[in-house]
Amino acid sequence: MKTFPIGGIHPNDNKEWSKDCAIEVLELPAEVRIPMIQHIGAPSTPIVSKGDKVLAGQLIGQAVGFVSANIHSPISGTVTAIDALPNGQGQRRMMVVIKREGDDWVEGVDLSPELKRECTLEPAEIIEKIKNAGIVGLGGAQFPTHVKLTIPEGQKAEVLIINGVECEPYLTSDYRNMIERGEMLLTGVEITMRALGVERAIIGVENNKPDAIEHLRNIIRRDNYRGIVVEPLKLRYPQGGEKQLIAAVTGRQVAPPPALPISEGAVVCNVSSAIAIYEAVQKNKPLVERVVTVTGKSLKSTHNYLARFGTSLNTLLDLAGGLPEGDVKILNGGPMMGRAIVDVTAPLIKGCSGITIISGDEAARGKEMACIKCAKCVSVCPMGLEPYLLSKLARLQKWDMAEEHNTVDCIECGCCSYTCPSNLPLLDYIRIGKQTVMTNIRARALADKK
Amino acid sequence: MNTLVLTVLTLGVLGILLAVILYFVAQRFKVEEDPRIDDVEKMLPGANCGGCGFAGCRAMSEALVNRDNIASLFCPVAGGDTMKTIANLLGKVAPDKEPMVATMRCGGTCDKRPKVNHYDGALNCAVVNTFYVGESACAFGCIGYGDCVDACKFGALKLNKETGLVEVDADKCTACGACVKACPKGLFELRKKWPKNRAIYVACRSKNRGAVVMKACKAGCIGCGKCAKVCAFGAITIESDLAYIDHEKCKLCRKCVNECPTGAIKIENMERLPKEPKVAPAVKSETKAEENK
Repeated sequence: MKTFPIGGIHPNDNKEWSKDCAIEVLELPAEVRIPMIQHIGAPSTPIVSKGDKVLAGQLIGQAVGFVSANIHSPISGTVTAIDALPNGQGQRRMMVVIKREGDDWVEGVDLSPELKRECTLEPAEIIEKIKNAGIVGLGGAQFPTHVKLTIPEGQKAEVLIINGVECEPYLTSDYRNMIERGEMLLTGVEITMRALGVERAIIGVENNKPDAIEHLRNIIRRDNYRGIVVEPLKLRYPQGGEKQLIAAVTGRQVAPPPALPISEGAVVCNVSSAIAIYEAVQKNKPLVERVVTVTGKSLKSTHNYLARFGTSLNTLLDLAGGLPEGDVKILNGGPMMGRAIVDVTAPLIKGCSGITIISGDEAARGKEMACIKCAKCVSVCPMGLEPYLLSKLARLQKWDMAEEHNTVDCIECGCCSYTCPSNLPLLDYIRIGKQTVMTNIRARALADKK
Repeated sequence: MNTLVLTVLTLGVLGILLAVILYFVAQRFKVEEDPRIDDVEKMLPGANCGGCGFAGCRAMSEALVNRDNIASLFCPVAGGDTMKTIANLLGKVAPDKEPMVATMRCGGTCDKRPKVNHYDGALNCAVVNTFYVGESACAFGCIGYGDCVDACKFGALKLNKETGLVEVDADKCTACGACVKACPKGLFELRKKWPKNRAIYVACRSKNRGAVVMKACKAGCIGCGKCAKVCAFGAITIESDLAYIDHEKCKLCRKCVNECPTGAIKIENMERLPKEPKVAPAVKSETKAEENK
């Protein structure tokens, strides 16, 4: 069975907690808060003002520049405020607050559940539709999908890789999507292949989801989806990383940045994003909702919700029986790459594939001890870096040396911190080094331009 | 015996020969360097702190000797007097700069700014800042893991465990600016150093609106503007719900301190002005109660 060539770890996947919970459509929230930045790139500009009536699916945030994404109202109602409100990390970001009145959609959106498979649009038209719908990578990175699908001149896409790996422990939203919305997913893949002009698509799924693999293969056979294959992959974290997945599926290594996956002819797209692409292109439905897993060992019940963006995380947690007693860690995402949330009034955003509750001993970090030079971190790093060194360089603020040792290649998967027997917070420091070096590189590029 | 003599002879002759060669080579490739650079370097503090913007004291002294106009060069550690002596030696004009001191602008002590979450990661302010706002609800306040204390080469900063805030020892501070760069929240500012280390400053950087500040911290600036109204020198400006006292214009009259409803304006090494009788008694007792605490 295929997998990526170097590094990686094997954490307990803990998916049994929520994998059998069917997708539940969440009741519409009374109020939503929509951050104007839910993507990588420039924040969108709000184009509504206080007191405006908006419909579900109406554009409320206009993308600024190429790398940016539109933002639509997930519910119909009145805009009650446009204000800087706290996000999950407690930082104040510009958000549009909408109070719900009924559930009316903008014209042209097809809400019927029937599958619409035929697509006769030109590639450029498909990409334009994706752009207008504000689709971003729903796996967590939130990179605008239309940018990914716009192939730079002189390069050619050969294969579309669909990321159904979901290597992050606990999360099951992609899994549920594959099981319950397989037809939509495959049609989305077909449309994306059309947009890219490729003949081949590979859906990479880890072998801890054999029923999803079987299910998708059955649909492909039954409904004759041409050129799409499902590739079972050996269970290993971080297989869902873009470069790791390309290496696992095609055996090709993408060069270090600034090289992009397209240099190896590959475009990677998440399964949830593929479904969003289907809805945007075939049903004219902008990206206003997603499947989100609410899970954790200490929760009363676990769920996979189909929730509108802007719903407060509190609502989701309350429906799962509320937060357990005592100190808990609330994560936006899974335990490996998820970010801790300190404010549960924060809204659900596009990149949030799950809310994971980790309590007590499971969340606690071990006591920090001295590095014993065992090089475990080196052997698990999927990018072939030296985490102990990068961490040390960042602590000593030797930014130029950190740059020489390719700290910007780090994908922040956290394998190094996970494996360290001395409990060193390796990634915490590498992340500072990466950020500083990237700022330095950008400043240099800017200076060179002048 | 013979071997010994031979060895000594060979090595001795070789040594003399090489010394002669080296002498001529040194003469031929001699680097002409201004002897004043060494003199100036001796006068500089030798802390190599980088406060002047150069890599170290040697680089600074080279710049001082080689540049015609040294108005933009200043060693904050040595201070104005030393700079003048150096300028006199070089026959140049030294910049006229007042002594400065680093000021930490956060008054959110543990009891005034309660913790709302527990942090369990690497104990480093920059790391915390990459994750989220910090353990209190204020996104602008001191994180309290002492990146600045590590950055200070003069031992002028100390983390007070009781208040959770960093304190500046004005006598030890040389205003090199290392803490200004180290603080991820930008809490430090180099301000004018008054005699007897007196100071007045707004100990808050929160640009949030008053209501938000009040929820997170009882010592924050709510941007009410009372201080700006009472200032006779136009030293106080309010921008994004935050007061700022311009240290160039401030005359330490202390009127603003009594006006501040939250006590965000701090005074150091000075007494408060006596309360005017006109001040409403409620406000008076409140501030007194706080003082007594």
